[in-house]
Amino acid sequence: MTALPPHVARQRWMSVLARATAADLADRLAACPALPDHIRLRGPESGLVMLRGRAGGAGSQFNLGEMTVTRCTVRNADGFVGHAYIQGRDHATAALAAALDAGLQDPARQPDLLRTVIEPLATAQAEQRAAQARRAAATKVEFFTMATMRS
Amino acid sequence: MAYVAVKGGERAIDNAHAWLAEARRGNPAVPDLTLAQIQQQMGRAVDRVMAEGALYDPELAALAIKQAQGDLIEAAFLLRAYRTTLPRFGYAAPVDTAAMALRRRISAVYKDLPGGQLLGPTYDYTHRLLDFLLAAGATPPPAAEAAEPAAAMPRVADILAQEGLIETHTDTGTEPGDLTREPLAFPAGRDIRLQALARGDEGFLLAMGYSTQRGWGGSHPFVGELRVGEVTVEITPPELGFAIDIGDITLTECALVNQFKGSKTVPPQFTSGYGLTFGHAERKAMGMALVDRAMRAEELGEDATAPAQNIEFVLYHSDNIEGTGFVEHLKLPHYVDFQSELEAIRRMREDTK
Amino acid sequence: MTLSLPGFADPVADAQACFRAVLTAMSRPGTPQRITSPLTPPAPLGIAAAAVLLTLVDGDTSLYLADHFANAADWLRFHCGTDPSPDRTTAGFVLADSLPDLATLAQGSDEAPQDSATLLLPVESLTAGARFTLRGPGLQAPTPLAVTGLPPDFAARWAANHAQFPRGIDLILCAGDTLVALPRSLSLGEA
Repeated sequence: MTALPPHVARQRWMSVLARATAADLADRLAACPALPDHIRLRGPESGLVMLRGRAGGAGSQFNLGEMTVTRCTVRNADGFVGHAYIQGRDHATAALAAALDAGLQDPARQPDLLRTVIEPLATAQAEQRAAQARRAAATKVEFFTMATMRS
Repeated sequence: MAYVAVKGGERAIDNAHAWLAEARRGNPAVPDLTLAQIQQQMGRAVDRVMAEGALYDPELAALAIKQAQGDLIEAAFLLRAYRTTLPRFGYAAPVDTAAMALRRRISAVYKDLPGGQLLGPTYDYTHRLLDFLLAAGATPPPAAEAAEPAAAMPRVADILAQEGLIETHTDTGTEPGDLTREPLAFPAGRDIRLQALARGDEGFLLAMGYSTQRGWGGSHPFVGELRVGEVTVEITPPELGFAIDIGDITLTECALVNQFKGSKTVPPQFTSGYGLTFGHAERKAMGMALVDRAMRAEELGEDATAPAQNIEFVLYHSDNIEGTGFVEHLKLPHYVDFQSELEAIRRMREDTK
Repeated sequence: MTLSLPGFADPVADAQACFRAVLTAMSRPGTPQRITSPLTPPAPLGIAAAAVLLTLVDGDTSLYLADHFANAADWLRFHCGTDPSPDRTTAGFVLADSLPDLATLAQGSDEAPQDSATLLLPVESLTAGARFTLRGPGLQAPTPLAVTGLPPDFAARWAANHAQFPRGIDLILCAGDTLVALPRSLSLGEA
């Protein structure tokens, strides 16, 4: 097996953090050792990202409209720089997510943080997605024809 | 047109605003509406305000609806105004609607399409009878869940394209125009048209789309597919250098399949109109797709004679924020304009005596 | 990208204060303005130059950085949201370490004089050195200015820039946390 590029694991935890609420993060953090102190290098600050679609779904790009995004970058006492970009305008979530991203890059802290913060959140998020997909599946039309009934 | 500054309205305006605030709140004995209630229970209004305000933020849209007393055009206006206070961080990668986490997905052209027909939370088969249980505040039973979740499903347009029966879209790689940066100019490419339609007024798009069905630029549409669900938003911040997810948004996508007789260079095949809009907004996405297809008349060598095929007409009048600004400004003082008109009329009457 | 230093501590208030300082400097040429917001830009970028860039440059602005400032490129990219432009002749903002040939920078046009470049130039001192007399809009009386760090033929080069008005570049001289602006409308004599 070829080794995954180093950012793959980080992409995953950043995507989990982006979908979490501040309350989710605070809850999970209460269950693990405190994060090191950090200074904020940028933000948290809210701004816009322009969303894009494709003509016909697969063709050339067009600008669909914007969404609000909040970003934050911190450097922790161990020297790790953490970034967060999350949907919406919640500064507290972005600040926590950036501090977690910094902590998660530290090999000494990563296993604990993955186990106590990222994995439980990832499981809950996956279950939420699966629940919606099961509801959608329950509304699937099961066509039957007279021919089928006769057979 | 000329305007003149008139003073003296300040106290009247302050008092009018105070009354407006009181009227907005209504009877204080009735509980105040929370933003969470609007977001949760007025979702379609929130979606419409986000689409026409061209800003995806359900919480802000809920606030705008509360502030505008449910006037959705006023609420969209509030969102457009708010967005000007925020910096632009960048552009997201184009959303991948084929990977949508589907809530609803139907096709009117194939009964047995791969993945099947998912009705989702639809009004289509309701009886349009007022439900007095809702008035009584009934809590519905939980929705049914299948044992197995629905998987991501191929887009019908992609299935048709595999057979070579429909025009294919390829990415020319050109950077799309942006109406939030450059004012509308003509000729307007499909990128600009789709952006304008995505934030266009639902009522206008419905009426224009309807007009094409009634013969004003007909193109024999079928709903190839309508899908509603969540797509992931992905950006690549320069300081990271790799793509990250920043959240999920709900979109409605409509792909129309339209008849096309072919031209000198192109064999007969199906063509398409495309609609994509924020939130769960099927009427909007369908209107958008009908009008998108109508505006492609000239490109496809068809006669462009109907209003919906007139690109300038459609794009200049699809934006309800611009429309409401220009129409409603007529309420503002035009005392001097009118005075000059009055004098002109009096002079003309004198002359004819 | 190496990041270790923050930008403005309070981005909105600090940028507003710096904007005010630049506005005052432009409308009262020769009057030094101090940037009082705490800021620790990466060397060799000084406080005043860094503050002006944080305030005026964003993703829609083009910035040319002299090689001398390469060490600050990541910091500027991160905090200003701009990717430094390789083309000095079209950039809206130019950060130089020595006075370039002003005629090679964007000059604007008579129809769009705002399309010209704003040049930021760090100098050693704005209180001692070669002495000039400033005259022009915003100055009731001729105003003195002393600068260490400009080339000996600066007055002649500035005269050529001023002669093109309304075209021409605007110059912001920075020394530590202090800046002085020389808008193109200004005429400058050696004192």
